Parts: sequence; C-alpha cells; structure tokens
Amino acid sequence: MKSKKIEAFRYAFLQTIPVLCGYLFLGMAFGILLENAGYGVSWALLISLVVYAGSMQFVMVTFLTGGTNLLTVALMTLSINSRHMFYGLSFVEAFKKMGKKGLYMIFSLTDETYSVLCGTKVQKGMNEEEVQFYMAILNHSYWIVGSIIGAFIGNKIPFDTTGIDFAMTALFVVIFIEQWLGSKSHLPAVIGISCAVISLLLFGKDRFMLPALIGAVISLMMVEKRIMRKEGKADAN
Amino acid sequence: MPIKIEDALAIVFVVMLITMFTRAFPFMIFGGRKELPPKIEYLGKVLPMAVMGVLVVYCVKGVTVFHYPYGLPEGIGILIVSLLHLWKRNNLLSIGVGTICYMVLVQAVF
Repeated sequence: MKSKKIEAFRYAFLQTIPVLCGYLFLGMAFGILLENAGYGVSWALLISLVVYAGSMQFVMVTFLTGGTNLLTVALMTLSINSRHMFYGLSFVEAFKKMGKKGLYMIFSLTDETYSVLCGTKVQKGMNEEEVQFYMAILNHSYWIVGSIIGAFIGNKIPFDTTGIDFAMTALFVVIFIEQWLGSKSHLPAVIGISCAVISLLLFGKDRFMLPALIGAVISLMMVEKRIMRKEGKADAN
Repeated sequence: MPIKIEDALAIVFVVMLITMFTRAFPFMIFGGRKELPPKIEYLGKVLPMAVMGVLVVYCVKGVTVFHYPYGLPEGIGILIVSLLHLWKRNNLLSIGVGTICYMVLVQAVF
C-alpha cells in the first residue's frame, strides 16, 4: 500500500517537472518584485500560499506599492482571473468525488495545474485521484518555494536565468500536441488557436484571454454535432 | 512597507477571495446537480483542447513579430519542441531540450 503511494507521488513529480522549472523561476521573479516593493519573505509566503495566481500576483505588487481601493482590486482580479471560470468545467464530476481534497483541487486550479491534469493519463494500477492531488500540491509548493527564494535573494541571482520560463510555453505546446494526436476531431484545437489569435489582434495582449475563451466556447457550441460525430457515439452518450 | 499593514492585508484578502470565486464558479453552478447538463459535459470534454491552444498563444502574446528579433527565438523554440516531441513523444526531453535551446538563443544569439 505504501509503495503504491510513493509510486503515485513519483509519477506525479515526473509529470510536474516542467512546472517546477517554470514556477520556481516565475515565483522567484514575483518574490524579487515584492521584495523591491518593500515586502519581505513572510508576505511572499502568505500571498503565494493563499492567493496562488501567477499573473495576478504580479499585478498585485502594484496594488501593494501604491495602495488601491478595494473595488478596483476586486474588479481587476475578476477580469484577470476570469479565465479560470472555464477550467473547472472539465472537472466538476471528478473533484466532487474527491471530497475535502476536491476543495483543495478547486482552490489550486491554476493554468499550469489544469494543463498537467488534462495532459496526464494515469498508468494502470495507479489511483488517479491520488496522482492528481499530488500534482496539485507539488505545483503549489514549487510556486511557494520560488517566491520565498525570490524574496530572500532580491536581485542577487548568481547566474543568468533569462529564458528559463520558456519551460511553461514548451509544456503547453507538448500537451497541445498530445491532445491533438489523441483525438479524432482537431476542430477544438483549431478553434482555440484561431480565437486566441483573432482576440489578440482585436483586444491586445493584456485583454485578449477572456474574449478568446468566450469565443472558443461559443464556437465549440456551434460545432457540437460535427465534433461529436467525429469523436464517435461511444462517449457522446 | 509602502502602505499600512491592514490595507495590504485587505488587498491580499480581496484578491484571494475573488480568485477563489473564479475557480469555484463552475462548481457552484453545476456541482450540486446529480448529472451535468449534456452541453456542459460536452464542453468539459472539448474545452481543454481549445484552452491549450489559447494558452500557447498566451505564452507568446508579448512577442514582437514586426521588428528584431521577429519572434525568432520563440518560433525556433516552439519548432524544436514540436518536432522533437513528434519524433520521440517524451515530454521531459521535448521540454528540456526546447528550453535550453531557447535560453541559448535569447542569451547568446539574439
């Protein structure tokens, strides 16, 4: 029983190594920014522990520097993180089954955790819930550790890490390819890319995520019959 | 600290609350039902593929295509990751080699 747990943890760790690279260095970047804004290690720990939202935490540093009224803070957070409203749709049943652990899974559903969850097929004999839970916890801890290190060292990084955050891009590309190869209909993937590019051109890089996702949902709704026909009646119910 | 501690804590609290709300939203709406509406079940199944496409674009959103270095480091990096992955289908290999190539490109070449 115990060795099975270790096996699941090992597997989860291997799956999250790309996130480890990305989160450690992005987390460090956040910690450094926060430290420069006048907040120390304990703040980095607190924020990364309870907020745990990549890009939002960077924006938050500006709130914490200038002081912003709470309504603005709330609206900014809502608009930046609104994309998360879509991620849970794929896990409503799965997380419900997990009980208390499911609550943590919901709390920790970042872009990267969502991707790893979507991209991981659990091997035979492994407890899927266990692997998913470990992956969520590991990612969260990479993020916390990264931001604490960042707040500790400030600007004194010993070597040039420029570009290491590309690991995250590479992770998304790999999962994208895996999903492409694993499905009969490539329409959803094409829809995702097209909606994102169009939205990026229309709304610019800071505001394109929400329109892109709304566009993708509407487009997917419109082509439901075509996709389900291709994917086969087996999973259509 | 540039602002008062209670103001800073209030900001952290609000960001935490709203972030949690966005992540919990689909569960608050559909979590109580015994069965998901078919439309939502369908979306849950196909949305990940579309979202992954959106996220790839999200990663390169800041790239300048019209002047130097014309998005070349990102383009080459993504190309290396894709080709290597189609060839070997090994996640860590594709991501590791792709990231190292990209770091060399942005640090030493461009």
